[in-house]
Amino acid sequence: MTAVTVVSYGAGNVASVQFALERLGATVRLNADPGEIADADRLILPGVGAAGYAMARLSDLGLVAPIRAFARPLLGVCLGQQLLFEHSEEGSGTPLLGLIPGVVHRLEPGPDRPIPHMGWSRLSTVRPDPLLDGVGDEAWAYFVHSYACPDGDATLARADYGGPVPAVVRRANRWGCQFHPERSAAAGARILKNFLELPA
Amino acid sequence: MTARRIIPCLDVKDGRVVKGVRFEGHVDMGDAADLAARYRDQGADELVFYDITASPEGRTLDYGWVRDIARLLDIPFSVAGGIRSVEQARRCLDNGADKVSINSPALERPELISDMADRFGAQCVVVGVDSKRSGDDWLVHQYTGDPTASRGSGRRTLDWIVEAQALGAGEIVLNCMDEDGVRNGYDIDQLSAARARLTIPLVASGGAGAASHFLGVFEQAGVSGALAASVFHSGVLAIPELKTFLADSGVEVRP
Repeated sequence: MTAVTVVSYGAGNVASVQFALERLGATVRLNADPGEIADADRLILPGVGAAGYAMARLSDLGLVAPIRAFARPLLGVCLGQQLLFEHSEEGSGTPLLGLIPGVVHRLEPGPDRPIPHMGWSRLSTVRPDPLLDGVGDEAWAYFVHSYACPDGDATLARADYGGPVPAVVRRANRWGCQFHPERSAAAGARILKNFLELPA
Repeated sequence: MTARRIIPCLDVKDGRVVKGVRFEGHVDMGDAADLAARYRDQGADELVFYDITASPEGRTLDYGWVRDIARLLDIPFSVAGGIRSVEQARRCLDNGADKVSINSPALERPELISDMADRFGAQCVVVGVDSKRSGDDWLVHQYTGDPTASRGSGRRTLDWIVEAQALGAGEIVLNCMDEDGVRNGYDIDQLSAARARLTIPLVASGGAGAASHFLGVFEQAGVSGALAASVFHSGVLAIPELKTFLADSGVEVRP
């Protein structure tokens, strides 16, 4: 059975991620110990709420260095995806983990475009990737966010919300999902299953 | 815009789903987890669990029950009823709820909204508003879970939702009480007025009785989601048929 470690740092939707992985038959370890995080086969970094608070928690727990150095599959979910980038506009500016270039920016509300971007949006695949195997080009995913990652070389799939929203990103062994795969029905389950099957 | 959300609301009392007309006279509609699984399988976009006894009786939620629901569902859900503190909200979220919805406690202490938003982010904080027509205006009511305690809050609905948004609410669920449980359609006038004042998502509640009511509220009031209870629980309307009807009518929904 595949083992996966979920970073449990007090700024994440840990239980719902845990349950989704357990539904797929994975052995889930919730952990915030720097040594055990460094030794994990694969790592999920969840996150909801403010980027500044999340980074402060990771820093207080001594997890910034082990996550940055992690060389096996790493998946950031929602805020966890944003944390992979360099910097966020959130608050008065927040330095992030710096694993993918670019700045996370605020989404602006518009006519028929309330913020947070909350609800189901269609994914359109930009380029194929093992994480997206079997996920149809018009799969639906559940988003909840007020900030978005920069659209660039790392983007694997986009959603459209008054402009392109990077929905799935990847750089080397680090992947991110802006939406919540644990709450995205069949498409989300397939993405988590694909992550569990990536060679560690 | 996202796909318009269809949101069954389960009023829960001791693990059973109940439904009353105009908030009174509750009838048993089945086991909450069974109904939740059924709606998940039928294509519900989100579920709301409203503990109708917790708030008026001053009880706290059963967090183990929240955890069981979180284990069962692969779609988002929110928990409402009886959440009066940041700590209670934290326990709901830690046990797997995606959002918490507060109503009367936010009216008593509006800073509860900002305290929760600061701690968990606006996206987790839903403010539920029970609203009733008064002349040519709408007024907020509180303690509506208990007919003997229900009363006006002294606030105008359209002022309160703007204040709640400014305090950090991530979504408003506007329950139009005059329509609740009577299945004559959503209150398009009130919901349109509310939509025009907000930049956060607005969810309509109260009055759904037919597929055309959903079409009307999405097309005319521009809401992000429509919540309904008895029309689904009673079997009058099934979610797959509703979504087919909406898609055929040009409303984007998740199949």
